[in-house]
Amino acid sequence: MHRVLVLPAWFDEGNKLRHFTVEVMRRLDGSGIDSFLPDLPGCNESPAPLERQTVESWRAEAAEAAWFFSATHVLAIRAAAMIAPDALPGWRYAPLSGSSQLRALLRARVLSAREAGREENREALIGEGRQNGLEVAGYRLGAAMIAGLAEAELPGTAHQRDIAQSDIGGAGLWLRAEPGHDRNQADALAAVLAMELLA
Amino acid sequence: MTSHAAASGTDAVLRQVLRDVLGLPAHRVEAFTSETGLFGHLPELDSMAVAGLLTEVEDRLGIIIEDDEVDGEMLETYGALLTFVWAKRGG
Repeated sequence: MHRVLVLPAWFDEGNKLRHFTVEVMRRLDGSGIDSFLPDLPGCNESPAPLERQTVESWRAEAAEAAWFFSATHVLAIRAAAMIAPDALPGWRYAPLSGSSQLRALLRARVLSAREAGREENREALIGEGRQNGLEVAGYRLGAAMIAGLAEAELPGTAHQRDIAQSDIGGAGLWLRAEPGHDRNQADALAAVLAMELLA
Repeated sequence: MTSHAAASGTDAVLRQVLRDVLGLPAHRVEAFTSETGLFGHLPELDSMAVAGLLTEVEDRLGIIIEDDEVDGEMLETYGALLTFVWAKRGG
């Protein structure tokens, strides 16, 4: 039996992609493939404080979830590619490095500060964040998370295959200003997984 | 590439990115004029969406936009954003 651990996109992108992610899982279920979507600690219904989380703690949780659900495969979405359990085969959909993720969050923070008439810049914010943590785009991240993201490039992977947005068609739904959905994209991603698993 | 071709290419890419960000059908974004209001006029275009929009423009056009170049004026209308991006491309 195939059991796919789905690791959701992070922060704001997680909201934008939630509907899409669940729709992909429905389609997998229709193909007889079980999948599991745990909340990362500090996110959604997890009672853990987000501020205490780090890239490393999320990686450990992802490994724990893989064990708990007896996952045979992993589907890591966007920045979750950073924490996909190395030993599991699977896919990284439109993978995003931690440093790119942080850049987007900091840019949003600089823009909203400017809108409010305050001047901030990325370098100073990273410096402050490494010391004291930082609130970016409504998320209170601890110092260790900021430091971990700032340095994090995409890890190499021996068992997982990257799926680019251009393989799925259309524009990535994480770009949407308001969360949206595109059933064709959900069909396409689920089809990639189902065809490889059931071939 | 002639400057006219570069300008129309920039225009097409920018309209496509706005379509992708706003989730609008093509005809709605085709109807944008240089006076069409963006940041501050479209409630869904918040700072996170603008950050994503700028990053996507950078990726698709191969330019780098510094944070200190970004101000309310440049984001206020479609025309202002197009002029900025076009200049960045060395137009």
